[in-house]
Amino acid sequence: MSDAPMLSIKGLCKKFGSTEVLKSFDMDIQAGEKLSIIGPSGSGKSTFLRILMTLEKPDAGSIEIEGERLWHMKRNGVDVPADRRHLKKMRSEIGMVFQHFNLFPHMTALGNVSVAPRHVQKMSRAEAEDRGRQLLERVGLGDKLDAYPAQLSGGQKQRVGIARALALQPKVMLFDEVTSALDPELVGEVLNVLRELAHETDMTMILVTHEMRFAQEISDRVAFMDHGKVLEIDTPEKIFSDPKHPRTREFLNAVLES
Amino acid sequence: MIFDWAFAWSILPQLLWALRVTVYATILGMLLASVLGLVWVLLRRSPFRPLAFVTHYWVEFIRSTPILVQIYFLYYILPEVGLRLSPMVAGIVALGVHYSAYIAEVYRAGIESVPKGQWEAAKAMNFTPAQTWRYVILPQALPPTIPAMGNYLVAMFKDTPMLSAITVLELLQTAKIIGSESFRYLEPLTLVGGLFLLLSLVAARGVRWAEQRFGAQELRI
Amino acid sequence: MSIPTHLVAPILEGLWVTLQLTLGGAVVACVLAWVAGLGKLSATRWVRWPANVYVEVFRGTSALVQLFWFFYGLPLFGVRLSPMTAGILVLGLNIGAYGAELVRGSIQSVSKGQYEASTALNFSPLQRLWLIIVPQAIISILPPAGNLLIELLKSTALVSLITLGDLTFKGMILRAETLQTAQVFGMLLVIYFVIAQCLVFLVRRIEVRLKRGWHLEGTS
Repeated sequence: MSDAPMLSIKGLCKKFGSTEVLKSFDMDIQAGEKLSIIGPSGSGKSTFLRILMTLEKPDAGSIEIEGERLWHMKRNGVDVPADRRHLKKMRSEIGMVFQHFNLFPHMTALGNVSVAPRHVQKMSRAEAEDRGRQLLERVGLGDKLDAYPAQLSGGQKQRVGIARALALQPKVMLFDEVTSALDPELVGEVLNVLRELAHETDMTMILVTHEMRFAQEISDRVAFMDHGKVLEIDTPEKIFSDPKHPRTREFLNAVLES
Repeated sequence: MIFDWAFAWSILPQLLWALRVTVYATILGMLLASVLGLVWVLLRRSPFRPLAFVTHYWVEFIRSTPILVQIYFLYYILPEVGLRLSPMVAGIVALGVHYSAYIAEVYRAGIESVPKGQWEAAKAMNFTPAQTWRYVILPQALPPTIPAMGNYLVAMFKDTPMLSAITVLELLQTAKIIGSESFRYLEPLTLVGGLFLLLSLVAARGVRWAEQRFGAQELRI
Repeated sequence: MSIPTHLVAPILEGLWVTLQLTLGGAVVACVLAWVAGLGKLSATRWVRWPANVYVEVFRGTSALVQLFWFFYGLPLFGVRLSPMTAGILVLGLNIGAYGAELVRGSIQSVSKGQYEASTALNFSPLQRLWLIIVPQAIISILPPAGNLLIELLKSTALVSLITLGDLTFKGMILRAETLQTAQVFGMLLVIYFVIAQCLVFLVRRIEVRLKRGWHLEGTS
């Protein structure tokens, strides 16, 4: 376990139209760390994850994964914007689970989980399906291998989504408000899976979430974001019981009230 | 030189003259289609079930069969029942009847997009059915259909060459005549194609304007 | 109606030609619709512009004019096509242009989330298109594609005007021989109608099959 951070983000800026969503965002994340990001909507939390997942391009700043830059590469010793091949290589270390699942409706649960190992990692169909089966059993859906997304509940869909992202064995997993679109009674089954992942793997996990109690329980650190900047980042105990920044206090009071 | 530009230029006046015929046929055909379409859609909504049923299949039948055969049908049949129509009139009637089937669908979609509450309000105000249609429903149902009607106008325009089969002197027929007289088919046919393309593009722009002006609602046709 | 038995065979020949045109034209149209439809969405303008030109030209000009141009105009460029080839080619080009718009629309209707999930799973653009986007686009394409297929069927009648012996052509001959205008043309219309209904039925069956297979609700 080296001392260099897994993820090193410096000066990340992103604008949508005239709105500055990320303002010189800085953060270091250690390997194996479980980091939760909380904050009001519009604070840039999801945008940060999406830039990490290469779904959005940053306007400025740099992101390093294990010391290698994500959005830039070296050509003849000079830093140039990353080409598609570089992005693809870097992307293989990152996985993401989406708020609205984004499952492939025309494939079964097993199909959804095994399609990427098969075509992206070039596994044989049997191997890919084996891995898919194991993962689906792990998230408690061993009996739903042949079900189509339309036949699954929201919680089940999200668990398939988690299994699908895990199938590529990324080093960093991003969770973008993965329970926000679920009926309240289905949230627990997904949090259970996340809890197990947090306790039993040394994957780096970054969760954007509104589930405060859950964040407090499993995180190594919690970051509070507002208006495109990290206002406070600390252990869960410190953040939740004794927040330093007035805005953090304000937010937590409002949220934990309800 | 394969394409004789001088020749093409020389036959252009003749073709533009024929264009008048084409446009004339299209407009009249569209008028007929618009009126007939309304008839079909009202019949389809008739409370008298057999009438609605027959109308539905009649419209479906017209829509699913080739215009050309329908043109022949009218042109050759009608003299046998004593009605001798000029090729132009027969052609316009055939086009009008064929497209009325499509326009009936457009009207239907427009009518169904009028919220149910409007019908109820009209009933509450004691309107007769005729008044309901005239003052409440049609004024709301028809404007959104204008873009779709525009599209069918263009489609009908592009179908007018079929009238050449019954010797109407529209664009294609004129091109064929020029071709057979001069043995040069390439220029007249290319010019005709070009004229259609030009007018279609202009009309398409018009439809887009109409969509913005009258609202391009997602009519489920 | 009494058809002289020696004329039944020509009608069947005509029917066969019509079916060949419909099938051949459908295949050509399908290929062109996907190529041009995807082409219209391409990032490179060298692909986009030809696709747009193709679609505008073949949608903006009359099918019959295109047919005549290909049959009477092309020979001057040294290309002499048989009526059947010209027919299949032109019908395919014409309907394919309309189909391209359908393809473009249905591909754009696939939700953005599918693209994002594909990126997250590191699919190449080609893999994403083939494995994820196209299968989903097909479902929304089927109903309007069925209508286009009917348009194709109706357009086959035009080849009778370049002396190809399809159903309409044989019908004209039959009428000339028997002078039973109403019956002959009426019969033609009925035959076309029946074929049209069969095509619609087929397309609907495929749509229902797919929707049922993926357990999606609702059939159009």
